[in-house]
Amino acid sequence: MRNHSADLEIERERDGDIAILRPRGEIDLGRAPALRAALMDAVRLRPGRLVVDLQYVSYMDSSGVATFVEALQQMRAVHGRLVLCGLQPKVRSIFEIARLDMVFTIVDDTARARAV
Amino acid sequence: MSEAERATTVEPDVQVELFSQPRFLTGIRGLVTQLARRLGFEEGAAGKISLALDEAICNVINHGYDRRPDGRIWIRIWALEAPRPGLRIVVEDRARMVDPAKIRSRDLDDIRPGGLGVHIIREVMDDVVYEQRDGGGMRLTLVKHLADAVADGKKADS
Repeated sequence: MRNHSADLEIERERDGDIAILRPRGEIDLGRAPALRAALMDAVRLRPGRLVVDLQYVSYMDSSGVATFVEALQQMRAVHGRLVLCGLQPKVRSIFEIARLDMVFTIVDDTARARAV
Repeated sequence: MSEAERATTVEPDVQVELFSQPRFLTGIRGLVTQLARRLGFEEGAAGKISLALDEAICNVINHGYDRRPDGRIWIRIWALEAPRPGLRIVVEDRARMVDPAKIRSRDLDDIRPGGLGVHIIREVMDDVVYEQRDGGGMRLTLVKHLADAVADGKKADS
């Protein structure tokens, strides 16, 4: 299922206990609220694992990172896991600059994200 | 005297004025990335300069103008020539004035959403200077030298 919100297209998938979100585009101050809404919707359904596939996200600033920090805390509160995958180098570098690359579980692709 | 402190008496090479609205961020990022590439920065470094500017504008929108959409933001850019080629970007606003000494990166060990912008700006740019403007608002000067960007890239590769 695809939703378009504030120019950020987000594909949602559910496979048993795993919820997968696949945003497309640039995540910045203008688009982070759409990502936040999708993440919070997903967390509310209490999946055991929430996977966010970022392979189609070409840019992210600290607004996006802050949104993921919030989602991470919410998933931990319900004893679930948040796993990020498919990060392009430019997107990965902001997690590294913010020294959050060791805080998040970051893997190469959705296959690994399901298994890790 | 650093590049950031040097009086910007020379006319800027590029000048942009925008409203304090997030929808204009993507255009500014594109402009600065392309300009930095044209001035010799490699793709990763150009992307980081554009990220630093994005964070600076976000801070003005969020904290300076409190998300009001009718604030003005001025961006001026200079290409720096030899002996230290690079890029100088000045961001000015007429928003809330803040004591520059109080603008600090937050403790990164405290894992919480928000407050990362200043850390990212300082991490990416060589010189970062916040000042209060005479007519009200703030001025942020950002400088990145080509040689330092090359050194950063080598450090990241090793």
